[in-house]
Amino acid sequence: MLRADDVWFRYGSAQPWTLAGVDLQVADGEVVGLCGPSGGGKSTLARVLAGHLRPDRGRVTVDGSEPRARRGPHPVQLVLQHPERAVDPRWTIRRALAATGAGDDAIAALDEELVRPTWLDRYPHEISGGELQRVNLARALLTRPRFVVADEITASLDAVTQARIWALLLERCRAAGIGVLAVSHDRLLLEEVAGRIVDRTPVPDRGPA
Amino acid sequence: MTAPLLEVRGLEVDFLQYERGLRRRAVPALTGMDLTARAGEVVALVGASGAGKSLLAHAVLGLLPPNAVERGTVAVDGEPLSPEQRRRLAGHGTTLLPQSASFLDPLSRIGRQVRRTARLAGHADPRRAAEQALAERGLGREVLRRYPHELSGGMARRVLVAMAVLTRPRLLLADEPTTGLPTDLVRTTLREFRVLADAGAAVVLVTHELRAALDVADRVVIVRDGRTVDVADPAGFTGDGAALAHPYTRALWQALPGNGFRVPEVR
Repeated sequence: MLRADDVWFRYGSAQPWTLAGVDLQVADGEVVGLCGPSGGGKSTLARVLAGHLRPDRGRVTVDGSEPRARRGPHPVQLVLQHPERAVDPRWTIRRALAATGAGDDAIAALDEELVRPTWLDRYPHEISGGELQRVNLARALLTRPRFVVADEITASLDAVTQARIWALLLERCRAAGIGVLAVSHDRLLLEEVAGRIVDRTPVPDRGPA
Repeated sequence: MTAPLLEVRGLEVDFLQYERGLRRRAVPALTGMDLTARAGEVVALVGASGAGKSLLAHAVLGLLPPNAVERGTVAVDGEPLSPEQRRRLAGHGTTLLPQSASFLDPLSRIGRQVRRTARLAGHADPRRAAEQALAERGLGREVLRRYPHELSGGMARRVLVAMAVLTRPRLLLADEPTTGLPTDLVRTTLREFRVLADAGAAVVLVTHELRAALDVADRVVIVRDGRTVDVADPAGFTGDGAALAHPYTRALWQALPGNGFRVPEVR
Protein backbone atom coordinates (compact mmCIF):
# COMPACT_ATOMS: atom_id res chain seq x y z
CA MET A 1 0.00 0.00 0.00
CA LEU A 2 1.24 3.46 -1.00
CA ARG A 3 -0.10 6.12 1.35
CA ALA A 4 0.12 9.87 1.65
CA ASP A 5 -1.02 11.04 5.07
CA ASP A 6 -1.77 14.72 5.64
CA VAL A 7 0.91 15.84 3.17
CA TRP A 8 1.72 19.55 2.98
CA PHE A 9 4.11 21.04 0.46
CA ARG A 10 5.12 24.48 -0.83
CA TYR A 11 7.93 25.67 -3.08
CA GLY A 12 9.59 27.95 -0.51
CA SER A 13 8.40 29.45 2.76
CA ALA A 14 7.07 32.63 1.09
CA GLN A 15 5.00 30.66 -1.42
CA PRO A 16 1.39 29.56 -1.00
CA TRP A 17 0.76 25.90 -0.21
CA THR A 18 0.58 23.72 -3.30
CA LEU A 19 -0.47 20.68 -1.30
CA ALA A 20 -2.46 21.23 1.90
CA GLY A 21 -3.23 18.15 3.91
CA VAL A 22 -3.45 15.61 1.09
CA ASP A 23 -4.45 12.03 1.85
CA LEU A 24 -4.20 9.35 -0.81
CA GLN A 25 -3.99 5.57 -0.91
CA VAL A 26 -3.06 3.25 -3.73
CA ALA A 27 -3.28 -0.48 -2.99
CA ASP A 28 -0.98 -3.09 -4.55
CA GLY A 29 -2.08 -3.78 -8.10
CA GLU A 30 -4.68 -1.00 -8.00
CA VAL A 31 -4.93 1.66 -10.74
CA VAL A 32 -6.02 5.05 -9.39
CA GLY A 33 -6.66 8.08 -11.60
CA LEU A 34 -5.72 11.58 -10.41
CA CYS A 35 -7.63 14.27 -12.29
CA GLY A 36 -7.80 18.04 -12.04
CA PRO A 37 -7.03 21.33 -13.78
CA SER A 38 -3.48 22.51 -14.47
CA GLY A 39 -2.03 24.33 -11.50
CA GLY A 40 -3.92 22.06 -9.13
CA GLY A 41 -0.79 20.43 -7.75
CA LYS A 42 -1.12 17.09 -9.54
CA SER A 43 2.50 16.97 -10.67
CA THR A 44 3.73 18.21 -7.31
CA LEU A 45 1.88 15.38 -5.58
CA ALA A 46 3.33 12.94 -8.11
CA ARG A 47 6.86 14.11 -7.30
CA VAL A 48 6.27 13.95 -3.56
CA LEU A 49 4.96 10.39 -3.83
CA ALA A 50 8.01 9.31 -5.84
CA GLY A 51 10.42 10.90 -3.37
CA HIS A 52 11.64 13.65 -5.72
CA LEU A 53 10.30 16.25 -3.28
CA ARG A 54 10.17 15.99 0.51
CA PRO A 55 6.86 17.04 2.08
CA ASP A 56 7.00 19.93 4.57
CA ARG A 57 4.57 18.04 6.80
CA GLY A 58 3.00 14.62 6.74
CA ARG A 59 4.31 11.29 5.51
CA VAL A 60 4.53 9.21 2.37
CA THR A 61 4.82 5.53 3.16
CA VAL A 62 5.05 2.24 1.32
CA ASP A 63 3.73 -0.64 3.46
CA GLY A 64 3.90 1.58 6.51
CA SER A 65 7.47 2.83 6.30
CA GLU A 66 9.07 5.78 4.57
CA PRO A 67 11.27 4.67 1.63
CA ARG A 68 14.91 5.33 2.41
CA ALA A 69 17.27 6.93 -0.03
CA ARG A 70 20.43 5.02 -1.04
CA ARG A 71 18.94 1.60 -0.54
CA GLY A 72 18.52 0.83 -4.20
CA PRO A 73 15.88 2.17 -6.54
CA HIS A 74 12.91 3.98 -5.02
CA PRO A 75 9.89 1.66 -4.78
CA VAL A 76 7.75 4.42 -6.33
CA GLN A 77 8.89 5.22 -9.88
CA LEU A 78 7.82 8.41 -11.66
CA VAL A 79 7.29 8.48 -15.43
CA LEU A 80 6.89 11.94 -16.99
CA GLN A 81 5.20 13.51 -19.99
CA HIS A 82 8.32 14.39 -21.99
CA PRO A 83 10.51 11.30 -22.38
CA GLU A 84 13.20 13.29 -24.19
CA ARG A 85 13.74 15.29 -21.00
CA ALA A 86 14.03 12.14 -18.89
CA VAL A 87 16.95 10.49 -20.70
CA ASP A 88 20.50 11.66 -21.30
CA PRO A 89 20.66 12.64 -25.01
CA ARG A 90 24.27 11.41 -25.21
CA TRP A 91 23.55 7.94 -23.91
CA THR A 92 22.37 5.07 -26.04
CA ILE A 93 19.08 3.44 -25.09
CA ARG A 94 21.06 0.45 -23.79
CA ARG A 95 23.08 2.64 -21.45
CA ALA A 96 19.98 4.46 -20.19
CA LEU A 97 18.40 1.10 -19.36
CA ALA A 98 21.60 -0.24 -17.79
CA ALA A 99 21.68 2.76 -15.43
CA THR A 100 18.89 1.07 -13.47
CA GLY A 101 21.40 -1.59 -12.43
CA ALA A 102 19.84 -4.13 -14.75
CA GLY A 103 22.31 -6.55 -16.29
CA ASP A 104 22.72 -7.36 -19.99
CA ASP A 105 20.53 -10.42 -19.55
CA ALA A 106 17.64 -8.44 -18.12
CA ILE A 107 17.89 -5.88 -20.92
CA ALA A 108 18.11 -8.58 -23.58
CA ALA A 109 15.10 -10.28 -22.03
CA LEU A 110 12.89 -7.17 -22.30
CA ASP A 111 9.66 -7.80 -24.14
CA GLU A 112 9.88 -6.68 -27.77
CA GLU A 113 6.50 -5.04 -27.41
CA LEU A 114 8.08 -2.66 -24.92
CA VAL A 115 11.59 -2.16 -26.31
CA ARG A 116 12.67 -3.50 -29.71
CA PRO A 117 16.22 -4.88 -29.74
CA THR A 118 17.05 -2.63 -32.72
CA TRP A 119 16.60 0.48 -30.57
CA LEU A 120 19.19 -0.50 -27.99
CA ASP A 121 22.21 0.94 -29.76
CA ARG A 122 20.46 4.07 -30.97
CA TYR A 123 20.38 7.47 -29.33
CA PRO A 124 17.17 8.99 -27.96
CA HIS A 125 16.71 11.36 -30.93
CA GLU A 126 16.94 8.42 -33.34
CA ILE A 127 13.64 6.89 -32.21
CA SER A 128 10.20 8.51 -32.12
CA GLY A 129 8.59 10.14 -29.07
CA GLY A 130 6.21 7.24 -28.58
CA GLU A 131 9.06 4.73 -28.81
CA LEU A 132 11.13 6.71 -26.33
CA GLN A 133 8.22 6.78 -23.92
CA ARG A 134 8.14 2.97 -24.08
CA VAL A 135 11.86 2.93 -23.22
CA ASN A 136 11.11 5.26 -20.35
CA LEU A 137 8.45 2.88 -19.05
CA ALA A 138 10.75 -0.10 -19.46
CA ARG A 139 13.39 1.73 -17.44
CA ALA A 140 10.95 2.35 -14.61
CA LEU A 141 9.81 -1.30 -14.67
CA LEU A 142 13.40 -2.63 -14.69
CA THR A 143 13.85 -1.23 -11.18
CA ARG A 144 11.10 -3.64 -10.05
CA PRO A 145 9.02 -0.90 -8.46
CA ARG A 146 6.06 -1.49 -6.18
CA PHE A 147 4.25 1.53 -7.63
CA VAL A 148 4.38 3.57 -10.83
CA VAL A 149 3.26 7.20 -10.92
CA ALA A 150 2.45 8.06 -14.54
CA ASP A 151 2.23 11.85 -14.89
CA GLU A 152 0.59 12.75 -18.24
CA ILE A 153 2.75 10.10 -19.90
CA THR A 154 0.76 10.15 -23.14
CA ALA A 155 -0.31 13.83 -23.26
CA SER A 156 1.95 14.64 -26.21
CA LEU A 157 1.25 11.48 -28.17
CA ASP A 158 -1.35 10.61 -30.79
CA ALA A 159 -4.35 8.48 -29.88
CA VAL A 160 -3.06 5.21 -31.34
CA THR A 161 0.29 5.47 -29.57
CA GLN A 162 -1.49 6.49 -26.36
CA ALA A 163 -3.73 3.43 -26.38
CA ARG A 164 -0.77 1.17 -27.14
CA ILE A 165 1.39 2.52 -24.29
CA TRP A 166 -1.39 2.25 -21.72
CA ALA A 167 -2.18 -1.30 -22.79
CA LEU A 168 1.49 -2.23 -22.28
CA LEU A 169 1.76 -0.49 -18.91
CA LEU A 170 -1.47 -1.93 -17.50
CA GLU A 171 -0.62 -5.44 -18.65
CA ARG A 172 2.86 -5.33 -17.05
CA CYS A 173 1.57 -3.86 -13.81
CA ARG A 174 -1.27 -6.35 -13.55
CA ALA A 175 1.18 -9.23 -14.06
CA ALA A 176 3.58 -7.96 -11.38
CA GLY A 177 1.02 -6.59 -8.91
CA ILE A 178 2.33 -3.04 -9.32
CA GLY A 179 0.02 -0.25 -8.22
CA VAL A 180 -0.42 2.68 -10.62
CA LEU A 181 -1.31 6.32 -10.06
CA ALA A 182 -2.38 7.71 -13.44
CA VAL A 183 -2.20 11.51 -13.48
CA SER A 184 -3.98 13.36 -16.27
CA HIS A 185 -6.19 16.31 -17.11
CA ASP A 186 -8.07 13.97 -19.47
CA ARG A 187 -10.96 12.43 -17.55
CA LEU A 188 -11.98 10.19 -20.45
CA LEU A 189 -8.50 8.67 -20.46
CA LEU A 190 -8.63 8.02 -16.71
CA GLU A 191 -12.04 6.42 -17.04
CA GLU A 192 -10.47 3.97 -19.51
CA VAL A 193 -7.47 3.03 -17.38
CA ALA A 194 -8.34 3.55 -13.71
CA GLY A 195 -10.48 1.62 -11.26
CA ARG A 196 -11.30 4.81 -9.36
CA ILE A 197 -10.63 8.50 -9.92
CA VAL A 198 -9.56 11.09 -7.35
CA ASP A 199 -10.15 14.77 -8.12
CA ARG A 200 -7.71 17.45 -7.11
CA THR A 201 -8.73 21.07 -7.00
CA PRO A 202 -6.30 23.90 -6.32
CA VAL A 203 -5.99 24.58 -2.59
CA PRO A 204 -7.22 27.90 -1.22
CA ASP A 205 -4.41 30.05 0.10
CA ARG A 206 -4.25 29.22 3.79
CA GLY A 207 -1.69 27.93 6.24
CA PRO A 208 -1.79 24.68 8.18
CA ALA A 209 -4.20 24.79 11.08
CA MET B 1 -13.54 29.29 -58.51
CA THR B 2 -10.65 31.27 -57.12
CA ALA B 3 -7.39 29.56 -56.31
CA PRO B 4 -7.00 28.35 -52.72
CA LEU B 5 -5.05 30.62 -50.43
CA LEU B 6 -2.59 27.85 -49.70
CA GLU B 7 -1.97 24.77 -51.76
CA VAL B 8 0.79 22.29 -50.94
CA ARG B 9 1.32 19.52 -53.49
CA GLY B 10 3.64 16.55 -53.09
CA LEU B 11 5.97 18.38 -50.73
CA GLU B 12 9.10 16.39 -49.89
CA VAL B 13 11.86 17.52 -47.56
CA ASP B 14 15.20 15.79 -46.97
CA PHE B 15 17.82 16.80 -44.47
CA LEU B 16 21.44 16.46 -45.58
CA GLN B 17 23.71 15.11 -42.89
CA TYR B 18 27.40 14.41 -42.81
CA GLU B 19 28.14 10.82 -41.89
CA ARG B 20 31.85 10.52 -41.69
CA GLY B 21 34.27 13.03 -43.13
CA LEU B 22 32.67 14.54 -46.22
CA ARG B 23 30.31 11.73 -47.03
CA ARG B 24 26.75 12.99 -46.97
CA ARG B 25 23.46 11.24 -46.66
CA ALA B 26 19.92 12.52 -47.19
CA VAL B 27 17.48 11.75 -44.40
CA PRO B 28 13.90 11.98 -45.68
CA ALA B 29 11.58 13.90 -43.34
CA LEU B 30 8.56 14.67 -45.51
CA THR B 31 7.75 12.18 -48.26
CA GLY B 32 4.60 13.53 -49.88
CA MET B 33 2.56 16.18 -48.08
CA ASP B 34 -0.65 17.56 -49.61
CA LEU B 35 -2.65 20.33 -48.00
CA THR B 36 -5.19 22.81 -49.29
CA ALA B 37 -6.60 25.70 -47.26
CA ARG B 38 -9.12 28.16 -48.65
CA ALA B 39 -10.08 31.55 -47.29
CA GLY B 40 -12.74 31.07 -44.62
CA GLU B 41 -11.56 27.58 -43.69
CA VAL B 42 -10.03 25.98 -40.63
CA VAL B 43 -8.06 22.95 -41.76
CA ALA B 44 -6.82 20.62 -39.04
CA LEU B 45 -3.54 18.80 -39.67
CA VAL B 46 -3.58 15.76 -37.40
CA GLY B 47 -1.04 13.00 -36.86
CA ALA B 48 1.44 11.37 -34.52
CA SER B 49 4.39 13.27 -33.11
CA GLY B 50 7.22 12.98 -35.58
CA ALA B 51 4.82 12.71 -38.53
CA GLY B 52 6.10 16.03 -39.90
CA LYS B 53 3.27 18.40 -39.01
CA SER B 54 5.42 21.20 -37.58
CA LEU B 55 7.94 20.71 -40.35
CA LEU B 56 5.23 21.32 -42.95
CA ALA B 57 4.21 24.57 -41.22
CA HIS B 58 7.80 25.76 -41.15
CA ALA B 59 8.31 24.78 -44.80
CA VAL B 60 5.28 26.82 -45.86
CA LEU B 61 6.89 29.86 -44.24
CA GLY B 62 10.26 29.18 -45.85
CA LEU B 63 11.81 28.74 -42.43
CA LEU B 64 13.61 25.42 -42.93
CA PRO B 65 17.30 25.24 -41.97
CA PRO B 66 19.92 25.48 -44.74
CA ASN B 67 20.59 21.73 -44.88
CA ALA B 68 17.00 21.02 -45.94
CA VAL B 69 16.27 20.06 -49.55
CA GLU B 70 12.74 20.70 -50.74
CA ARG B 71 10.76 19.27 -53.67
CA GLY B 72 7.15 19.73 -54.70
CA THR B 73 5.11 22.93 -54.83
CA VAL B 74 3.81 25.40 -52.30
CA ALA B 75 1.43 27.89 -53.93
CA VAL B 76 -0.11 30.96 -52.32
CA ASP B 77 -3.13 32.44 -54.14
CA GLY B 78 -2.49 29.95 -56.92
CA GLU B 79 1.07 31.05 -57.51
CA PRO B 80 3.92 28.65 -56.75
CA LEU B 81 6.47 30.39 -54.55
CA SER B 82 10.11 29.66 -53.76
CA PRO B 83 11.16 29.32 -50.09
CA GLU B 84 12.67 32.83 -50.27
CA GLN B 85 9.45 34.32 -51.57
CA ARG B 86 7.48 32.53 -48.86
CA ARG B 87 9.84 33.80 -46.25
CA ARG B 88 9.12 37.36 -47.32
CA LEU B 89 5.43 36.71 -46.70
CA ALA B 90 6.13 35.58 -43.14
CA GLY B 91 4.62 38.21 -40.86
CA HIS B 92 3.07 39.95 -43.88
CA GLY B 93 -0.12 38.05 -44.41
CA THR B 94 1.23 34.67 -43.36
CA THR B 95 1.73 34.13 -39.64
CA LEU B 96 3.10 31.27 -37.59
CA LEU B 97 1.65 30.80 -34.14
CA PRO B 98 4.58 28.88 -32.66
CA GLN B 99 4.38 25.85 -30.46
CA SER B 100 5.99 27.14 -27.30
CA ALA B 101 6.87 30.19 -25.28
CA SER B 102 10.53 29.56 -26.15
CA PHE B 103 9.78 31.52 -29.34
CA LEU B 104 9.43 34.66 -27.20
CA ASP B 105 12.55 36.71 -26.51
CA PRO B 106 13.52 35.65 -22.97
CA LEU B 107 15.34 38.94 -22.28
CA SER B 108 12.60 41.32 -23.28
CA ARG B 109 9.42 42.27 -21.44
CA ILE B 110 6.08 41.06 -22.80
CA GLY B 111 4.76 44.59 -23.42
CA ARG B 112 7.74 45.47 -25.56
CA GLN B 113 7.43 42.32 -27.66
CA VAL B 114 3.70 42.65 -28.23
CA ARG B 115 4.01 46.37 -29.06
CA ARG B 116 6.72 45.55 -31.58
CA THR B 117 4.44 43.04 -33.27
CA ALA B 118 1.65 45.63 -33.39
CA ARG B 119 3.99 48.25 -34.82
CA LEU B 120 5.36 45.93 -37.51
CA ALA B 121 1.81 44.99 -38.45
CA GLY B 122 1.09 48.69 -39.05
CA HIS B 123 -1.29 49.47 -36.20
CA ALA B 124 -1.69 53.23 -35.81
CA ASP B 125 -1.37 53.09 -32.02
CA PRO B 126 0.77 50.02 -31.23
CA ARG B 127 0.62 50.62 -27.48
CA ARG B 128 -3.15 50.60 -27.35
CA ALA B 129 -3.48 47.78 -29.86
CA ALA B 130 -1.10 45.64 -27.79
CA GLU B 131 -2.89 46.33 -24.50
CA GLN B 132 -6.26 45.70 -26.07
CA ALA B 133 -5.17 42.43 -27.70
CA LEU B 134 -3.92 41.15 -24.33
CA ALA B 135 -6.98 42.42 -22.45
CA GLU B 136 -9.28 40.60 -24.87
CA ARG B 137 -7.57 37.40 -23.78
CA GLY B 138 -7.94 38.11 -20.08
CA LEU B 139 -4.40 39.40 -19.54
CA GLY B 140 -4.18 42.61 -17.50
CA ARG B 141 -1.67 45.46 -17.74
CA GLU B 142 0.59 43.84 -15.13
CA VAL B 143 1.55 41.24 -17.75
CA LEU B 144 3.18 43.94 -19.89
CA ARG B 145 6.02 44.33 -17.41
CA ARG B 146 6.75 40.64 -17.04
CA TYR B 147 9.38 38.56 -18.75
CA PRO B 148 8.40 35.33 -20.56
CA HIS B 149 9.65 33.09 -17.72
CA GLU B 150 7.29 34.86 -15.31
CA LEU B 151 4.23 33.63 -17.24
CA SER B 152 2.45 30.33 -16.73
CA GLY B 153 2.17 28.04 -19.74
CA GLY B 154 -1.42 29.10 -20.37
CA MET B 155 -0.59 32.81 -20.15
CA ALA B 156 2.33 32.48 -22.54
CA ARG B 157 0.07 30.70 -25.00
CA ARG B 158 -2.45 33.56 -24.80
CA VAL B 159 0.31 36.10 -25.40
CA LEU B 160 1.35 34.21 -28.53
CA VAL B 161 -2.26 34.11 -29.76
CA ALA B 162 -2.59 37.85 -29.14
CA MET B 163 0.57 38.51 -31.17
CA ALA B 164 -0.57 36.25 -34.00
CA VAL B 165 -3.96 37.94 -34.26
CA LEU B 166 -2.34 41.41 -34.13
CA THR B 167 -0.56 40.62 -37.40
CA ARG B 168 -4.00 40.38 -39.09
CA PRO B 169 -3.03 37.21 -40.95
CA ARG B 170 -4.67 36.04 -44.17
CA LEU B 171 -3.07 32.66 -43.52
CA LEU B 172 -2.44 31.51 -39.94
CA LEU B 173 -0.38 28.40 -39.23
CA ALA B 174 -1.05 27.44 -35.63
CA ASP B 175 1.44 24.84 -34.39
CA GLU B 176 0.04 22.78 -31.48
CA PRO B 177 -1.54 25.90 -29.95
CA THR B 178 -3.47 24.06 -27.23
CA THR B 179 -1.11 21.39 -25.88
CA GLY B 180 -1.20 21.32 -22.10
CA LEU B 181 -3.99 23.88 -21.81
CA PRO B 182 -7.03 23.19 -19.61
CA THR B 183 -10.21 22.30 -21.51
CA ASP B 184 -11.90 25.70 -21.24
CA LEU B 185 -8.81 27.52 -22.58
CA VAL B 186 -8.54 25.01 -25.42
CA ARG B 187 -12.08 25.84 -26.44
CA THR B 188 -11.50 29.61 -26.17
CA THR B 189 -8.34 29.41 -28.25
CA LEU B 190 -9.90 27.29 -30.95
CA ARG B 191 -12.89 29.63 -31.13
CA GLU B 192 -10.46 32.45 -31.94
CA PHE B 193 -9.36 30.53 -35.01
CA ARG B 194 -12.97 30.01 -36.06
CA VAL B 195 -13.58 33.76 -35.75
CA LEU B 196 -10.46 34.53 -37.82
CA ALA B 197 -11.56 32.10 -40.52
CA ASP B 198 -15.12 33.42 -40.53
CA ALA B 199 -13.64 36.87 -41.14
CA GLY B 200 -11.94 35.53 -44.29
CA ALA B 201 -8.61 34.08 -43.19
CA ALA B 202 -7.38 30.54 -43.82
CA VAL B 203 -6.27 28.74 -40.66
CA VAL B 204 -4.13 25.61 -40.58
CA LEU B 205 -4.41 24.04 -37.14
CA VAL B 206 -1.56 21.63 -36.43
CA THR B 207 -2.49 19.32 -33.57
CA HIS B 208 -2.35 15.80 -32.22
CA GLU B 209 -5.61 16.31 -30.34
CA LEU B 210 -8.17 15.05 -32.81
CA ARG B 211 -11.25 15.52 -30.67
CA ALA B 212 -10.64 19.20 -29.94
CA ALA B 213 -9.90 19.91 -33.61
CA LEU B 214 -13.22 18.46 -34.74
CA ASP B 215 -15.13 21.27 -33.01
CA VAL B 216 -13.75 23.95 -35.32
CA ALA B 217 -12.30 22.28 -38.40
CA ASP B 218 -13.90 22.28 -41.85
CA ARG B 219 -11.61 19.49 -42.97
CA VAL B 220 -9.20 17.12 -41.25
CA VAL B 221 -5.96 16.24 -42.99
CA ILE B 222 -4.38 13.10 -41.55
CA VAL B 223 -0.61 12.77 -41.81
CA ARG B 224 1.60 9.83 -41.00
CA ASP B 225 5.33 9.25 -41.37
CA GLY B 226 5.85 12.42 -43.40
CA ARG B 227 2.98 12.06 -45.85
CA THR B 228 -0.66 12.95 -46.14
CA VAL B 229 -2.70 9.74 -45.93
CA ASP B 230 -6.27 11.04 -45.79
CA VAL B 231 -8.49 14.10 -45.96
CA ALA B 232 -11.61 13.52 -43.92
CA ASP B 233 -14.88 15.31 -43.26
CA PRO B 234 -15.27 16.14 -39.52
CA ALA B 235 -18.83 14.80 -39.70
CA GLY B 236 -17.41 11.31 -40.32
CA PHE B 237 -15.85 11.21 -36.85
CA THR B 238 -18.87 9.82 -35.07
CA GLY B 239 -19.96 6.56 -33.49
CA ASP B 240 -17.50 3.78 -34.22
CA GLY B 241 -16.05 5.64 -37.18
CA ALA B 242 -17.68 3.46 -39.84
CA ALA B 243 -17.98 6.51 -42.12
CA LEU B 244 -14.20 6.98 -42.16
CA ALA B 245 -12.73 5.45 -45.29
CA HIS B 246 -9.05 5.26 -44.41
CA PRO B 247 -7.97 2.55 -41.94
CA TYR B 248 -5.45 4.79 -40.16
CA THR B 249 -8.00 7.57 -39.70
CA ARG B 250 -10.43 5.03 -38.28
CA ALA B 251 -7.72 3.60 -35.99
CA LEU B 252 -6.98 7.10 -34.63
CA TRP B 253 -10.67 7.64 -33.89
CA GLN B 254 -11.22 4.24 -32.30
CA ALA B 255 -8.10 4.56 -30.13
CA LEU B 256 -9.46 7.66 -28.38
CA PRO B 257 -10.49 7.25 -24.75
CA GLY B 258 -14.27 7.03 -24.78
CA ASN B 259 -14.35 5.56 -28.30
CA GLY B 260 -13.10 2.11 -27.36
CA PHE B 261 -9.44 2.91 -26.55
CA ARG B 262 -8.62 0.22 -29.08
CA VAL B 263 -5.08 -0.77 -30.01
CA PRO B 264 -4.81 -1.63 -33.71
CA GLU B 265 -3.58 -5.16 -34.44
CA VAL B 266 -0.64 -4.23 -36.64
CA ARG B 267 1.94 -1.54 -36.03
